[in-house]
Amino acid sequence: MNGGHQRGPDGHWYDDAAGPLVRPYAMTGGRTRPGTAVAALDLIALVLAEPGAADDPALEPEHNALLALCRDEPLSVAELAADADLPVGVVRVLLGDLLTLGSVRVSTPVPPAQLPDERILREVINGLRAL
Amino acid sequence: MDSGHSETPVMALKILIAGGFGVGKTTMVGAVSEIRPLRTEEQLTEAGRHVDDTMGVERKSTTTVAMDFGRITVRAGLSLYLFGTPGQDRFWFLWDELSQGALGAVVLADTRRLEDSFPAVDFFEHRKIPFAVAVNRFPGTQEHRPEDIARALDLQDGTPVVLCDARDRASGKEVLIALVEHAGRMHAARLLESVS
Repeated sequence: MNGGHQRGPDGHWYDDAAGPLVRPYAMTGGRTRPGTAVAALDLIALVLAEPGAADDPALEPEHNALLALCRDEPLSVAELAADADLPVGVVRVLLGDLLTLGSVRVSTPVPPAQLPDERILREVINGLRAL
Repeated sequence: MDSGHSETPVMALKILIAGGFGVGKTTMVGAVSEIRPLRTEEQLTEAGRHVDDTMGVERKSTTTVAMDFGRITVRAGLSLYLFGTPGQDRFWFLWDELSQGALGAVVLADTRRLEDSFPAVDFFEHRKIPFAVAVNRFPGTQEHRPEDIARALDLQDGTPVVLCDARDRASGKEVLIALVEHAGRMHAARLLESVS
């Protein structure tokens, strides 16, 4: 878990061309599922950093990167993954940590049963026409 | 930004763009999206994810599948998210998650390889997810009438078939409008069924 860094004498043993050499789930401590009882975060669940969310020393750099991305406006889980260049599964675990810490607020998308509210669909159609 | 509407619920609707490999899904997402098309990866590591039975071998594997996605802001607090689904059939199980809560889907079709759209059509019909078929008009291909395509795909009555150019924003918008209108009709019909 800890102290797994292997470096050569010069501190670098690979160059950029090698691509990412860290297995994605290393930054989640090997966890592949969010730790909290949060229902699976939908790809379009919107995440917003809480106003007071400060950088916690216990957090990994990736946690902080996610916080920075959604500090000003809510971003979907999918966008966070793309912008942070992390697999969605990893982002879900990291967001689970942030939720537990109360650092982010998540608004889940409208449930399917009540989804196609006619007024909203009308708005969508008019919005598309106006684009 | 403006915090005056903090009580307004933020809504995000999901539309899938499905279809065979190389049919123009990424192109269509890029043409209508207001953000640069993003690509994200989903890692699938679970064993026993109902691998198709022809395999017969249970093994744990890690697969990375890429998804394209884009966004259209209808108004503050109401956004459409478009997801280009993985083209390879062997990733069909990913669609299950993608399709949960989706407003609907666009099945992009190429008339030269119409059979490539069969799996997507089947998938959405069985799950009763509203979808529209958009025929991407590749240059130099023969024009087909929408009703002929509907028959060739054995579509249920009322499923819209739209001819489109996946590279063109206005054309992509028309496809999305046809889909949302269809989704509204399907929903209204379901409401009627549930009360009768």
